[in-house]
Amino acid sequence: MLFQPAIIALLLASLVGTMMVVASVPFAVRVLRRWDTASGSGDQLDMEKRTYLVSTLLVVVLLSELASLVLFVFNADRMSSLFVGAMCAVGTLNVNDFGFPTLYLKIIVFFAASAWLVLNHVDSRGYDYPLVRVKYGALMALAPLMMGAAGVQLAYFLGLRADVIASCCSTLFSGATQITSDKLAAIPPEVSLMALAVVLGLAMVVGRRALVTGRGGVLYAILSIIVFAVAMEAVVAAISVYVYEMPHHHCPFCLLKGEYGHVGYALYLPLFAAAALGLGGGIAQPSARFASLAGAAPRIMRRCIGSSMAGFGLFGAVAVWLIWRSHLILIEQSPVNAILLNLSGGQP
Amino acid sequence: MSPWVHKQRNLLDFTLSSLSRRKGKTLGMMVVYTAIVFVLASVMLFSHAIRREAAVVLAKSPEVLVQRMVAGRHDLIPARHLEAVKGIRGVQSAEGRLWGYLFDPAAVANYTLMVPTNPRIEPGKVVIGDAVVRARSADPGDLMSFRAHDGALVQFRVDKTISRESALVSADLFLVSEEDFRRLFGIAPGLFTDLAISVRNPREVVKIAEKIDAALPDTRIILRDEILRTYESVFDWREGMLLVLLAGSILAFAIFSWEKASGLSAEEKREIGILKAVGWETSDVIRLKMLEGMVVSLSAFLVGYLLAYLHVFYFGAGLFEPVLKGWAVLYPKYKLTPFVDELQVATLFFFTVFPYTIATVVPIWRAAIVDPDTVMR
Amino acid sequence: MIHLSDVRKAFNQGKSNEFWALKGIDLSVKAGKVTVFRGPSGSGKTTLLTLVGCLARPTSGRVRLRDRDISGLPERFLTDIRRSTFGFVFQQFNLLKGISALENVMIPAYPLGRDRKDLARRAHELMESLDIHAKAQSNAEWLSGGEAQRVAIARALINDPEVVIADEPTANLDSERSRQFLGIVEALKASGKTVLMTSHDPLVCDTAVVDHVVSLRDGQLVEAR
Repeated sequence: MLFQPAIIALLLASLVGTMMVVASVPFAVRVLRRWDTASGSGDQLDMEKRTYLVSTLLVVVLLSELASLVLFVFNADRMSSLFVGAMCAVGTLNVNDFGFPTLYLKIIVFFAASAWLVLNHVDSRGYDYPLVRVKYGALMALAPLMMGAAGVQLAYFLGLRADVIASCCSTLFSGATQITSDKLAAIPPEVSLMALAVVLGLAMVVGRRALVTGRGGVLYAILSIIVFAVAMEAVVAAISVYVYEMPHHHCPFCLLKGEYGHVGYALYLPLFAAAALGLGGGIAQPSARFASLAGAAPRIMRRCIGSSMAGFGLFGAVAVWLIWRSHLILIEQSPVNAILLNLSGGQP
Repeated sequence: MSPWVHKQRNLLDFTLSSLSRRKGKTLGMMVVYTAIVFVLASVMLFSHAIRREAAVVLAKSPEVLVQRMVAGRHDLIPARHLEAVKGIRGVQSAEGRLWGYLFDPAAVANYTLMVPTNPRIEPGKVVIGDAVVRARSADPGDLMSFRAHDGALVQFRVDKTISRESALVSADLFLVSEEDFRRLFGIAPGLFTDLAISVRNPREVVKIAEKIDAALPDTRIILRDEILRTYESVFDWREGMLLVLLAGSILAFAIFSWEKASGLSAEEKREIGILKAVGWETSDVIRLKMLEGMVVSLSAFLVGYLLAYLHVFYFGAGLFEPVLKGWAVLYPKYKLTPFVDELQVATLFFFTVFPYTIATVVPIWRAAIVDPDTVMR
Repeated sequence: MIHLSDVRKAFNQGKSNEFWALKGIDLSVKAGKVTVFRGPSGSGKTTLLTLVGCLARPTSGRVRLRDRDISGLPERFLTDIRRSTFGFVFQQFNLLKGISALENVMIPAYPLGRDRKDLARRAHELMESLDIHAKAQSNAEWLSGGEAQRVAIARALINDPEVVIADEPTANLDSERSRQFLGIVEALKASGKTVLMTSHDPLVCDTAVVDHVVSLRDGQLVEAR
């Protein structure tokens, strides 16, 4: 199955991205061992120049990871016609054991790369680059992660075999691989929506406190990840069902399709951005203890958390709107919706 | 507006003015870039359009086909099998189909012969596809004659021709009546090429297929979904192969971009030195150069894609037809239904903009780290 | 305003062609005054100018701008200080070819993210005050030496710096134009700017507008007055 255009593109992207990060590792080692901001030696000047290359490369990696995440999901959806029983992307990802791990790893790499970029941004505001060793240590951790993600993706694609008519008999009898598309939705919709409302509300409270007092950034970062996870669960268990208006269709990917007006983008883009920015807030806040970042770090933290809250708010608003305009009624009395409306609509 | 917005605007303005100052270089880059986008986009648009065409045609075909196998080869199926299938619960209708291939020495081509049941064709008449019309320059009313299996001459009068609209599969069609078909090939009544079955509930297709298999052990059963899958997979594979073959050109393009980005003229180097000396920072210069790349990329992508679109949907994809369409001698001549899909655009983006960006990052960085005091040395 | 202590600068450090352009300079530059670095070519006066103007970092030693030690700052921050504090007029003027004089003047302000309209207005004002407004739309390569220098001065002033640095400003000018340039320097001084120049032109070194002359030879200070 490797000779599919989109698969070739995905493999190419992950290979090149991994290579770029891995190639930066020797430089990271050099920084860890020899970095000395006070020095004006040729070696130090050379290293400072090279940091520009690394941060530019990481921006490219981040963007390509984001694009390949979208491409991966689209491709999975398109390929579902090649597998017996696969109705949409979920089915394709379930064809072998590496499908969902690939997706999860891609998401993790995306968050890791964006966290690194926030770290880089914060660091470059301090005139003595106080975080430079942390930053390059983190880069060295990113390399194996990306290698792992690339490897799992390769394993997934290598393991795909289309159910194609053989010359002698039909696939029906050549070992039918039954793929279940609907096993994501284990949680009842009202529970998932309630959980989403609670964590979103909590995030807003902690976020507001962080904006006012300048503390609690780390807590907010942890909450962002939790909100992200709970929100994905809610999309699978409830929100997608409202969109499709079919009680048993729980796919988080079909939302991206034209049939549903691409509403998935309106849900996922704010959600991903908000979670990544929330993570960034958690990175920025502890950096404030460095003298050279005392001014910049809290500012960056506020900006990250503020935008993150706006992103979560937008996600909540879109979710409420989708539920509100749906013709489907999953929950008879809907106090959840009321709570959601109050929380997400009432905040900036 | 925030300073950030102003900064981007100012940089973009400066980017455009630098690009227009180096018209020759920009244009050279654009031509190569556009060409590569054009070639790749043509391949993708064409194979996607063909696949869709096939899917549209197949949507009208029966859900289940039953063919008799004798010694591992496809053989004629007797009418009693038809009765057996009709007896299975859940089968809405079943009919025997007659079809085959006919070699025409005059055109040196194979026609696909079929016997349509609705509407039936009168004996002695024939309805022909577009490619057949071209191969034999036949018009309605003309006579066509062929030698039957026993050497006797069989004559057909062209009744009408099939329009070009959805012609991928119908181009080489030759539709005749059942009597003529049997006479031509010497097939006795009560024998069919295969059986077409439609099913009342689409969810039961697999179940019914299993029942048929149990009742008629000497048959193979083909589901429409399977044909679709096979088509998809084969076209994907072909498209992928072509892309792999074109990988050489993508690589050449990446090397070319690397070359162009690193081979800065003395004038360009001086410019970057001046910018840095008057207060631009390394990241500003990197951003400027990246913007230049983005402007070139986006315009080349748009122009290349547009040209490919015209090439495939208005000029019949003359460059790739033989590779992608397969073995037939009679190429269908038709206009594909214009169709653009996101996955394909995204993939194409990965094959062109991504290599370009990667190839230019290091040269751009190398140009940008020039020491600001060089202009004073 | 700017203090240098035991400043050294090496080029090609650690290689066989290692070369120390400055070998321990102690120097103070006063605000609001005109200072000239004098010396034969190769004496290190231009290198000294690049260190004072934050164009480069010393290999060792300290550079202080007011109370801040800037010798260990990475390029990013050095650039930030440079573009708000210093304006440069280069010996070869270093205007960008193919774009108008006006745009040349505006270039240093682009990364600061200023509004384009304000910026153009400010550039026009500067060019008017330097009497080259008529050439605003001409391409840089069509300007004469004197005009190009005035465009370069306007460019140096676009971010309203405290210090104007000029490298061999009269090297490419005849006496008439040189005197004109010194007139501009006088006006700058009158408006409160600090001016730093390198020159070995007696016309420059001996003018009344110059407050201090620092002489260099082989990377070391010879005389300061």
